[in-house]
Amino acid sequence: MRSLLRSLWPPLLVLAVVLGGWQLYVTTAGVDPTTLPSPARVVEQGWVNRADLWAQTLPTLQETLLGFTLSFAAAWLVAVLLDFSAAARRGLYPLLVASQTIPIVAVAPLLIIWFGFGLLPKMLVVTLTTFFPLAANLAAGFAATDREAMRLLRSLGAGRWRAFRLVRVPSAMPYFFAGLRVSITYAVVGAVFAEYAGAEAGLGIYMQAQKSAFRTDLVFAAVAVTAALSIALFGATFLLQRLVLPWERRAGK
Amino acid sequence: MSSLHIEDVGKSFDDLEVLRDLRLSVEPGEFAAVIGPSGSGKSTLFNLVSGLDRPTSGRVLVEGEPASVASGKVAYMPQKDLLFPWRTVLDNTALGLEAQGVRKKEARARADALFADFGLDGFQQAYPSQLSGGMRQRAALLRTVVLERPVLLLDEPFGALDSLTRTEMQLWLAGMWQRHRWTVVLVTHDIREAVLLADTVHVLSRRPATVVRRVEVPLARPRGADDFTAPGFTATEQIVLEALRGPTAVRTP
Repeated sequence: MRSLLRSLWPPLLVLAVVLGGWQLYVTTAGVDPTTLPSPARVVEQGWVNRADLWAQTLPTLQETLLGFTLSFAAAWLVAVLLDFSAAARRGLYPLLVASQTIPIVAVAPLLIIWFGFGLLPKMLVVTLTTFFPLAANLAAGFAATDREAMRLLRSLGAGRWRAFRLVRVPSAMPYFFAGLRVSITYAVVGAVFAEYAGAEAGLGIYMQAQKSAFRTDLVFAAVAVTAALSIALFGATFLLQRLVLPWERRAGK
Repeated sequence: MSSLHIEDVGKSFDDLEVLRDLRLSVEPGEFAAVIGPSGSGKSTLFNLVSGLDRPTSGRVLVEGEPASVASGKVAYMPQKDLLFPWRTVLDNTALGLEAQGVRKKEARARADALFADFGLDGFQQAYPSQLSGGMRQRAALLRTVVLERPVLLLDEPFGALDSLTRTEMQLWLAGMWQRHRWTVVLVTHDIREAVLLADTVHVLSRRPATVVRRVEVPLARPRGADDFTAPGFTATEQIVLEALRGPTAVRTP
């Protein structure tokens, strides 16, 4: 806990300085709030509209979590396939890398044309944005397993699947968590973006509506909520890691 | 019937001839050391005996049967301890049994029964990172011994230890062998280690490797620290060294 505080105060200090500077500039220069609202105003208006913001946060959170669950399952499936089959590695991996060059900006509206304004297209955008770092890291983790360890397992008569379960999966865990952290930070942004392209509810469509109504302060408030969600999910990965990899803590002593 | 019988074995990888006409026999209850210059094909020999690889010519028989992973006659202890950081010491020592398909509970019970004998009692629930180098090697040996296979194959087990710990471990292994009389094939490039522990020392030539000399160690059992300074010890060391350096070695006056 103490180490957490120690690592938190420097970024918080920087943030405070930036926000302070912003506040000072807006108040002294008398900037129109529809152009740039002061942080204080964003907080105040965000609080006033908290019920509305919360109502819009829920669908975004739902899309994020469902999309990420789908991405998680797909990443494991593909990474295991890549690990077990050299043919899949040769045939699939280059395409996966190439798929990362497709701009989501172009795909998101198409998904809405295909699947409507409901939950599914948003889930798919989240999945598309988060799948690759997760799958690639996991596959790299499997591949980085100590070769001597595999040799030992083979000499003991362990089959491929058993060796995979006993050694390759646990030794890939640090890679997996690295990938998880990268991809989870994309997840909320992916959902917000998908809503931007067309939705009935959610933070993305809320931002768009508030922008059109010149409520820049509420756009910022929604951005702050998005950031808070991302940070919370990012933090959750550390908690999960502590639960799943208990030896990392014990080893530190 | 010999525990291990290597009959005129040759092994080549493409154009590289690693072993040629190698002959070596180990009787039940014998402690054999194989010593050779670096790059002389010790690990190739290892793979053949553990059944991970097949000879190009000749035969490798373990208790009269061609060496194979499936026959489960050789337990192999690799150079690195290969204790997995995510498993407790107990679970690490049970890993070999688990890899063979023994149920986890039974594997743990069988490994646990040996902890006291290996000087590891009380460390069952520790993680490997909490153990000293010597303890890690003892745990790795326990993982090998608990399999109760007829031949133990030890690949430079103490190579990574500092010299004081190494000496302690060698004396410890001499004591353990005295009580259990395992059939051991120890691959090493430490002459002192070979002479202290083994009944017979088999000296390999440079590549393509063959056994140039079989040295019987004339020291009585049980052996201990006093043997390091016994006249028979230094004389045997001398013979092994001469055989290792070969006829082409530069003589120093």
